[in-house]
Amino acid sequence: MSEIPLTSSVSKGCFVFKSASKKRKRHVGVGGYLVDDSDENGSDRFRICQKLWETVQTNTEVIQDQLNKKVLDSLAEFIKKHGLGCSSDNWRQRARETPTAALMLGVNVPDHAMTFRSLCNLLQDSVTPFVVSVHAKECAAVKLLIQKVLEQLMGRGVSVDEEQEDDTALLQRTQCTISALCQWYKTVTKKCTQVFPQRTESLTNSDLPQSLPVVVIFKDFEAFNSQVLQDFILICSRYTQELPFIFIFGIATSPSAIQHRLPHSVSSLLCIEVFHSLSCTQHLASVFDKLILNSQFPFKLSSRVIQVLVGIFLYHDFSVQNFVKGLQFSMLEHFKSQPLSMLCCQKQEALLSAKTLSKKNVERIRHLPSFMRYVETQEPQEQVQLLTNDEHVKEVCQQLLKNLHKYHKNYYPILQCLHSLTSSLPKFPLGKHIRELHVSCIEKNLWETEEYDSALQLLRILAKDELVAALRKCAEILKSTKILQNVLQQLEDFIGRLEALEGVSSEDSSGNGIISGKMEYQRTDLFQLQKTLLEKESRRTKRMNPFEVLRSQVIEFIDSLVREYLTPAELQPLNEVCYYNSSGVLRQRLNVTPRTSIQAALSHPFYYLQNESLKTDAGTISSAAPDLCIVYKLHLECGRLINLYDWLEAFLTVMSAAEDQDTNSEECGKYDSLKQLFQRWNFLVSLNQQNRRLTMWQD
Amino acid sequence: MVSTPLSKWKLAAITSAPCGAYMNYAEGLMASNIPTSPQETAVDFQEMGLQDKLLRKPTNQSITRMSVTLQCPGYPEDTLRSLAERLPCRETQLATLLALMGQPDQYSYPSVFIYGHRATGKSHVVLSIMKDLELPHASVDCVECVSSGLLFHQVLSAFFGPDAAALLPRCPSLSDFVRLYKQMSSNSPATQTRYIILDRAERMRDMDFSLLPALLRLQELVNDNVTVILLSEIVWEKFRPNTGCFEPLLFHFPDYSKAELVQILSWDHHPSYTPELYASYINILLGVFFSVCRDLRELRHLAVLNFSKFCEPLEKGEAKESDIHKLWKNIEPHLQRAMQTVYLREVSSVQWEQQQMDEKEATTLRVLSAHAHIELPYYSKFLLIAAYLASFNPARTDRRFFLKSHGKIRKTNFLKKHEKTSNHLLGPKPFPLDRLMAIFYSVVDSRVAPTASIFSQISSLVTLQLLSQVGHDDQLDSPKYKCSVSLDFILAISRTVGFDVVKYLYDFL
Repeated sequence: MSEIPLTSSVSKGCFVFKSASKKRKRHVGVGGYLVDDSDENGSDRFRICQKLWETVQTNTEVIQDQLNKKVLDSLAEFIKKHGLGCSSDNWRQRARETPTAALMLGVNVPDHAMTFRSLCNLLQDSVTPFVVSVHAKECAAVKLLIQKVLEQLMGRGVSVDEEQEDDTALLQRTQCTISALCQWYKTVTKKCTQVFPQRTESLTNSDLPQSLPVVVIFKDFEAFNSQVLQDFILICSRYTQELPFIFIFGIATSPSAIQHRLPHSVSSLLCIEVFHSLSCTQHLASVFDKLILNSQFPFKLSSRVIQVLVGIFLYHDFSVQNFVKGLQFSMLEHFKSQPLSMLCCQKQEALLSAKTLSKKNVERIRHLPSFMRYVETQEPQEQVQLLTNDEHVKEVCQQLLKNLHKYHKNYYPILQCLHSLTSSLPKFPLGKHIRELHVSCIEKNLWETEEYDSALQLLRILAKDELVAALRKCAEILKSTKILQNVLQQLEDFIGRLEALEGVSSEDSSGNGIISGKMEYQRTDLFQLQKTLLEKESRRTKRMNPFEVLRSQVIEFIDSLVREYLTPAELQPLNEVCYYNSSGVLRQRLNVTPRTSIQAALSHPFYYLQNESLKTDAGTISSAAPDLCIVYKLHLECGRLINLYDWLEAFLTVMSAAEDQDTNSEECGKYDSLKQLFQRWNFLVSLNQQNRRLTMWQD
Repeated sequence: MVSTPLSKWKLAAITSAPCGAYMNYAEGLMASNIPTSPQETAVDFQEMGLQDKLLRKPTNQSITRMSVTLQCPGYPEDTLRSLAERLPCRETQLATLLALMGQPDQYSYPSVFIYGHRATGKSHVVLSIMKDLELPHASVDCVECVSSGLLFHQVLSAFFGPDAAALLPRCPSLSDFVRLYKQMSSNSPATQTRYIILDRAERMRDMDFSLLPALLRLQELVNDNVTVILLSEIVWEKFRPNTGCFEPLLFHFPDYSKAELVQILSWDHHPSYTPELYASYINILLGVFFSVCRDLRELRHLAVLNFSKFCEPLEKGEAKESDIHKLWKNIEPHLQRAMQTVYLREVSSVQWEQQQMDEKEATTLRVLSAHAHIELPYYSKFLLIAAYLASFNPARTDRRFFLKSHGKIRKTNFLKKHEKTSNHLLGPKPFPLDRLMAIFYSVVDSRVAPTASIFSQISSLVTLQLLSQVGHDDQLDSPKYKCSVSLDFILAISRTVGFDVVKYLYDFL
C-alpha cells in the first residue's frame, strides 16, 4: 500500500500510518535487540551486559542498606520502645499521644521508595507484622485513607462506598472504620498469643503485656491533604488505648513541614521524634566509590559522560536512583553500539575472547584511534606485522588488555592517595570530592594543569605533623589494596625518616631564632633593612633545614607517582573497549528537550513517522506532509511578523495542489484550528486584538 | 401524633427534686426562661455560674460542699459523690446538666448544645456522667463519620446491639434510620432516657443538610425518650441552618480560671513527692505560662516536661522541699526557654528529657524549626528564586529588573496606587508559567536548555509545597503558580547560590 497517507490530522486528532511491510514481526526477546544480523557476538555482549548490570544492582542495594542501617535501626528501636508502652515516663499516662517518627529523607523523592521498602521489611521482620504504608495519591479523602490502612492490615477488600454491591462483602461486611480495625486487632492478637506464646515472649523479651504496635507509614507527608491527615490523626487518637498506633512521616523538606500542615490541636496529639537519613551527596559518593572508582568493575565512563551524569544529579534531581539508571543506560548503549565491548569483562574472560577474535573484529581493532596511535609508536617492521597479520594482532591485543587492567589496578589506589593528600588543603584546588579529581585525571594530563601546581605549592608548605598524618593515610590506603608494594615501602620509609627528624629540626629552628634576635638590636636605615631582609630571604632558600629537604623529596615522589600512574585513560591503547564516551547521546536521551523534538517533528515529519513519501528536500514543502507541518513550514518562511491572510493563502495553495476538488471552507476551518494550536504552543503571539491581520511570531 | 410535647419535659424539669439552695435557683431560672429564646438561657447560665463563683469564693471548699449538695433523685448518691470528686471545678456544670437530665425515666429536653473552648472538659464531663451513672448512651465522634450511615450505625448498635445496626440498608437515609429506630424502640421502649452524644458537632455541618435539624428533634421523630447532646468548640450561631430548625438548649462551659487550673493540675502529682511540692511547682509554672497559654492540655504537657528539671536539686540533695525559692531559681530559666516553643510541640517529651540531661550550659535548643534548611538541586533553587520574584514583584516591573537597557523608572509615579503598598504585606500573587521561565532564564547565570527535567522540577517543587498551583490541577495550558516560602527561606537559598535576591525585589528598592 503506497498511496499517500491521509493527513487531515488535527481535525481527526491522530495520524494513522500503516507500516509499509505487512509481514508479521517475529517476537524478539530483550536480547534480540542487541543482536544484529551483521555481527555475530551480540548475544555475548548482551550476556556480559546483563551480568554487569546485576552486579551494579546488588552493589547499589548493599550500599543503600549500609547507609540506611543506622537510621533504620534507630527507628526500629524507637518503635520497639513505644510498642512496649513507653516505660521511661509511665508515672504519667500520656493519654492519646501517638508516638510519631519524622523521618527526614531529603528532596530526592525517587530514592525514597527503596528506603521505605527496606524499612518495611526490617519492621516486619523484627518488630511487628502490622506495617502499613500509604501514598498521598491514593488517599484523597479520609475514607480512602482508612480503607487503605484496613485493606493492607486485614488483607482483604473492605467496602468503602456502601452503594457498591458486592456479594462477598455482604457476608462478612466489615465497615470501613477504625473501630472495625480495633475488633480485628483484638482477635488477631489474641490468636497470636495463643498460637505462638513463646514467639511473642521472645519478641517482647519481658513480662510487660505484649502489644504489637500498628505502624502507619506516610510515604510523602508533604503531598498529603492536610485536612485528611488531621482527621485521620484525630480518629486514631481516639483509639490509642486499644490500638497502639505509631506513625512514621516521610518528610522531604524539613521538620517544620509538620507545623505547617497540622494545627496545634492535632500536633498536640503526637509525640514527635526526628530522624535524619544520610544526605544524597554522601550516598552518591559511596555509589561512585563502589561502581566507578573500582578496578573490579570493567565498564568505565569517560570524563564527559561522568560530567553529564553528575550534572544531572547536582543540577536537576539529587536522585541517586536516576544516576544509577543513567549508568545502566550508558552501559546498554555501550554494549549495543560498540562491537568490541565483548572484551569489556573480567581479565581472564577478556583474554580468552581476545584469542578468538573474528576477522571482522580484528579489523575493527585496527581502526580504533587508540590502537592506531599505538601502531604509530612501534618500529616499522612491527607496524607492518600489526597491519597485516591477524594472529599477531590478537597476541598484541591480549598484551594490551593486560596492560589496561594493570593500569586500572594501579590508577585507583594512587587516585585515592592523591585525594586524601589534597582534600585537606585550603580552598580545595583539586576539588572537594574524589569524583572531580577523577574527572580531571582521565580527561587530561593532570600535572599540566594550574590547579595541580597550586596544590603542590600548598603541599610544599605543609607542617610536619600534617604531612606525616597525610602520608600515613596514604599508606593505609595502599596497605588495604595489597598492590604497589614498592610504593608503599618507599612511603613508609619517608614516614620513618620524617619521624626520626624530630630532634634535628627543632634545634635548627632555634638557631634561626637567635640570629633574628640579634638583628633586632642593630640600628638600620631603610636601605639596610631591605638589604638584610633580602639576604635573609636568599639565605633561607639556600639553606633548607633537613625537614624541608625531606619534604621536597616527598613531594617529588608524589609528583612522580602522579606522572606515572594517573595518565589519562584516553592515551591507553584499546581504551574504547571499556570506556563509554558518547556524552551527546546520553544528554539527548536523559535530559530531553520537548520543544526541540516538537520542532524536529514539525520540520522533518519523516524523522518520526518513518514514511518514505514524506522525505523531502530542504527547501520544498510537500503537500503530502501532515497539514500541521505545512503550516509550520509556511510560518517559518515569514519574518518576525506574519500576515495572517498571506499565510492562509499560502496554506490553501499548497493544499489545493494535493486535492483537485475545491473544499475551501473546510481548509479554512482546518487552518483556524491549526493557528490556535500554534498559539497554544507559544510559537505565535497575537500582536493586536483589533487588527487581527498581524501576528507576531515568537521563538 | 407527636406525643412529646414541651409540657412533658417542662414537667420533668420542674418536678425533679431540688438539690440544694442554688439548684433551686437554677431551676427557677430555667422554668422562668423556657419560653424566651435559648440564647438568653445560655447567658443566664453563665451569669448563674458567675454568681455561684462569687458565692463560693470565701468558703473555698467547693468539693466538700458539692458532695453534700449534689443530690439528684433517681441516681445513687455515692456515685454522684465520686463523680463530683472526679470532676473538679466543673461542679456547676455537672449540677446543671444533671438537673437538665432529670430523673432517668423522665423525658429530657430533646437537644442540648454544649460549647466552650478546647480543654474545658465538655466531653469529659458528659461522658463521665454517662459512664458512672450507667445511662444508655451512644457516643459518636463526628470526625469519624465520613458518611451519615456510619453515624446511624454507631447509634443503633449502641442502643440495640449490632444486630439491629446490621438491618440498616446500604447507604441508609435519614428516614431509614428513623424507621428502624422506631421499630426497635417499639420492641424495647426506653425505660431511661437515651442519650446520643455527638462530639465535634461542627463536622455535622459538612454532612447532609437535613441531618442536623432532624437530630435536633429526634425525640419527636422517633417518639422515644431520647436526647441528643451536641458538643462543639464554636457557637450555635454558626450552626443554625438557613431554613430554621428546632433550637437546642445552649449551655456554655467557661474557661478555667487560674485558681481552677492550679487545682486541676495539682491533681496529677508525682507519687514520690508530696502534693504540696507539686502544687508549688504548678504555681511557679502557671506564673510563667499563664499569660501566654491557658490550654489545660498544653499546660499539662509543659508540667510533665519540666518537672524532672524542677526536682533535680532535690535529687542531688542540694535543696529541701521547703526551699521553694531555691527551686524557683533553678527552674525559672528553663521555663523561660520552654516559653519560646510553647504550643509548637517541637520536641517530643522523650527528646526533651534527653536534652535536659545532656545539657551542659546554655546550648541552643535543637528544635524542629532550627533545621528549616532544605537541600535543593541547583536549578531548583533558581526556579524557587524566580518564583519568589514573580510572586512578589509586580509584573510591570519585570522590564526594569531583567532587561539590560531599561529606562530609569521612578518608583512613585510608575505604579498604580494599590501597587504602592508593600507586596510582602499583601502576600504572594499568582503568576503564569511563562513568566516564571522568563525570569528563571534571566537570573540563572549559565545558558540552560529548556529540558523536561526543568519542568519536572517545577512540579516536584509543587509536591514539596514550596510552590502551590493556583486554579485547577487539570489546567495544562498555562498553569499558574504561587510561591509559598518565606523571605528568610529565600534569602538562605539565594545565599547558597551567591545570588543577591534583595536587589531584585521591588519592595526593597
